[in-house]
Amino acid sequence: MNTTTAGAAKPFAHAPEPTPETLPFWEGARAGELRIQRCRSCARHYFDPRPHCRHCASADTEWTRVSGRARLVSYIINHRPAPGFRDYSPVIAMVQLDEGPTLMSNIVGVEPLPENLPLDLRLEVRFEERGEAVLPVFAPAAPDTDEPNAAAVTTGSEETRQVTA
Amino acid sequence: MTTTTSTRPRGMHGGTVAVAGAAETTEIGKRPDTSVLGLHIEAARNALADAGLTPADVDGVATAGPSPIDVAHHVGVTPRWLDGTAVGGCSFLSHVRHAAAAITAGAAEVVLITHGESGRSQVGLPGRARSASSPPGQFEWPYGAIAPYMKFTVPALRFLHERGMGREDLAQVVVAQREWAAKNPRALRQDLVGVEDVLAAPMIAYPFSKDMCCPVTDGGGALILTSAERAADLRRPPVYLLGSGESAESTLVSQMSDPGSFGASRRASSEAFATAGLSQGDIDHLMIYDAFAHLPLYGLEDTGFVGHGESGAFIADGHTRPGGRLPVNTNGGGLNYTHTGMYGMFAMQEAIRQLRGEADAQVPGVRTSFVHGYGLFFSAATSLVFANERP
Repeated sequence: MNTTTAGAAKPFAHAPEPTPETLPFWEGARAGELRIQRCRSCARHYFDPRPHCRHCASADTEWTRVSGRARLVSYIINHRPAPGFRDYSPVIAMVQLDEGPTLMSNIVGVEPLPENLPLDLRLEVRFEERGEAVLPVFAPAAPDTDEPNAAAVTTGSEETRQVTA
Repeated sequence: MTTTTSTRPRGMHGGTVAVAGAAETTEIGKRPDTSVLGLHIEAARNALADAGLTPADVDGVATAGPSPIDVAHHVGVTPRWLDGTAVGGCSFLSHVRHAAAAITAGAAEVVLITHGESGRSQVGLPGRARSASSPPGQFEWPYGAIAPYMKFTVPALRFLHERGMGREDLAQVVVAQREWAAKNPRALRQDLVGVEDVLAAPMIAYPFSKDMCCPVTDGGGALILTSAERAADLRRPPVYLLGSGESAESTLVSQMSDPGSFGASRRASSEAFATAGLSQGDIDHLMIYDAFAHLPLYGLEDTGFVGHGESGAFIADGHTRPGGRLPVNTNGGGLNYTHTGMYGMFAMQEAIRQLRGEADAQVPGVRTSFVHGYGLFFSAATSLVFANERP
């Protein structure tokens, strides 16, 4: 588990408030796991959380732990952070997981400069404490551990762990 | 049930319904003297005066922000039709579409649509609707993606990257629209600028510099809609609604089906053209909601006025500027004219001024205008086709 603790000491004004439908995602983050829903019917992962599949509307879905590997889709470098965000990465990014879904997140572990952030940059998940909250964030993937496409938790494999029914 | 062509209603499009009154608040920009509700009331009264009507003539009210109940009560309308559709800045365009349906169906006869925001002065704000448990509250705010410039902007690099475009293309949008703003005494930013000026302006959120982001202002606007028959008896030349469309994706920017093209824009514009029975080549004047400089680029392509990857060159070559073949955002746009927060009302006001021939930067011979609005960042989109003649 890669959890950074830079913001842990300070209260965080924008902690997410989970709902029953999203709780496994946030419980996963607290446990150092990126958990995303997957449809057993059409075998696709989906986000954001809901009780039925976003793609085929089937209710036969499960929470799975995904690889945490992703690519950088798009981003801004925020020069005017919102109150309470000066301690955190100013890179607000859309990242696409190897399993398919796209999330908003922050890019950490790199100087926030355009030359360090080419689009499609390979990323891997980290977990960052912000006050009481724990958020999935992403950092550039270490070249020796990341093999694009091969690393994904593939559909139906034994690596896909069901977290809740 | 059989319905003959001769008795079947014409439907809500094709000029059945018209804008009979249109006005902005008397002053825009900085209005610490007036609350949000006060701006709605001022705009409503100005639009009623423009139409030559009184509150007693109105039986339908639509708004976003405050409740339509508050607007009806404070303007002095007894409503039999209410629409509080709140999908962000394009809400007021959607209200036009919904009002046209209501008027055609007989559910309302005269509809008042109001907008007003105290974006700069923050006087009398309606409550925030969203919480930390909403989708944005859980999946965007914790990452610092809170204000519009922190989230509406996020997909832009992907759009540019896919097309081999860059920050210069964002700057060209500002340069072109500033030429319109320079002709408009009500515009907040009127100084002509060059690409280098825009690129060198202070950075707000890379790749967006200050000039690529709209100002935040106070102001409002209102419209009066009624049947074309009723409008023909009123004092102003009617502006007819020929077509409309609306759609939505997600309140999360990250859930766009394609970050390089907005599906809701494609669907809304396609339906607007189809219902109007017109194509892009029939349009004389275009308004594209522009809180940020990437939106006219997305908008030109997603509404089909130019092909994939052609938006940057189209603007840089001057086609959207004064004298160009497709005048775009002729009030200067939200980037330069004014931007209270939900800009869509101002885009429609400029289209109506152009169709009435009374704009500050009047384009000669405008007969048709296409207005495209965005709502809640890349959440919703609405398109309208207006004309000053019935087809």
